[in-house]
Amino acid sequence: MSISTRIVADLVANSVEFVTTVPCKQLAGVIDEIEACDDIYHIPSNKEDEGMGLCAGAYMGGKRPAIIMQNTAIGVTVNTLVTLTQYYRMPLPMLISYRGELREPVACQVEMAVHTKALLNQLNIPTYHFHTQDDVNELDAILKYTFMCNKPVAILTDASFWGGYGDQ
Amino acid sequence: MIRSEILRDIAPTLRDHLVICNIGLPSQELHMIDDQPTNFYMLGTMGLSSSIGLGVALAQDKTVISIDGDGSVLTNFGTLPTIANNVADNYILLIIDNGSYGSTGDQPTYAGKKTSLAAVARACGCENVVECQAKDTGEVLQNAINSKKMTIIVCKCDSGNIKVPVITKDPVVIRDRFMTAVQS
Repeated sequence: MSISTRIVADLVANSVEFVTTVPCKQLAGVIDEIEACDDIYHIPSNKEDEGMGLCAGAYMGGKRPAIIMQNTAIGVTVNTLVTLTQYYRMPLPMLISYRGELREPVACQVEMAVHTKALLNQLNIPTYHFHTQDDVNELDAILKYTFMCNKPVAILTDASFWGGYGDQ
Repeated sequence: MIRSEILRDIAPTLRDHLVICNIGLPSQELHMIDDQPTNFYMLGTMGLSSSIGLGVALAQDKTVISIDGDGSVLTNFGTLPTIANNVADNYILLIIDNGSYGSTGDQPTYAGKKTSLAAVARACGCENVVECQAKDTGEVLQNAINSKKMTIIVCKCDSGNIKVPVITKDPVVIRDRFMTAVQS
């Protein structure tokens, strides 16, 4: 089973039925699997805060949501995380491509990477960092934890976890 | 007519449906005029009323009305293509377009100048877009509900505010009673 297949299987096993995505090269395989999955309604967003609004609505409508995005989105969504997701106490698993870490070829990505964990820490968002492939074994427990505590939870997946950037 | 007069006018229609109400004065006015457990008041997060409403509509079958403003739609313009491409026939987006940022002191918006939100919505692919005058809002809204087709209503009205108290309800209480109403 590929990592992408495993991730989507864990989402389905935890009754996540509504997933919004913003495009990402590293997460492209997961996004393809979500689009193909009959148990998940896939709704691409144009911006991550819009996606968090969709997820808040889906949760209140009775479906478990998740968002898939890059770590740059943390810079975009601070207000939404604080005044919507956290203020109303809603669960939101955030599967995040952690760009700008080891093996990163694009220098500008590092500029947001150095702030990512500090911002998540400042926002009191539980954060898990997937660095080796075995780390995916924790996803099931992280999803259960998220829907137990009704909080946004970050899962940072770096380039080493995904096996690098092709020739890097 | 100003927004609070429109809300007073359509309150008897709104109370039978799930309503996501925009941040600031719109929520405060609706809360004062006709507080209902089926109302979800946004206490923060400008721009996301339409997105939250679409999420609720896609997740269950009851009719959902997002009350939005022209300034808030301009803030979250990406919502219109998402709505157009994810049709939920139990969803109505009611944009009360007074051409100004009412909650912050009535600064003019571009929707009150050259930009037509109805034309933008159509260009984004929304199939049922109705622009109406304030006095016709109730009838247009009821027709949209009856049609059982996803509809975007752009209601052109005057800018202006009334004095209203802020909402002091706890956000988790607002959310919990709304979710209970969804499931009832």
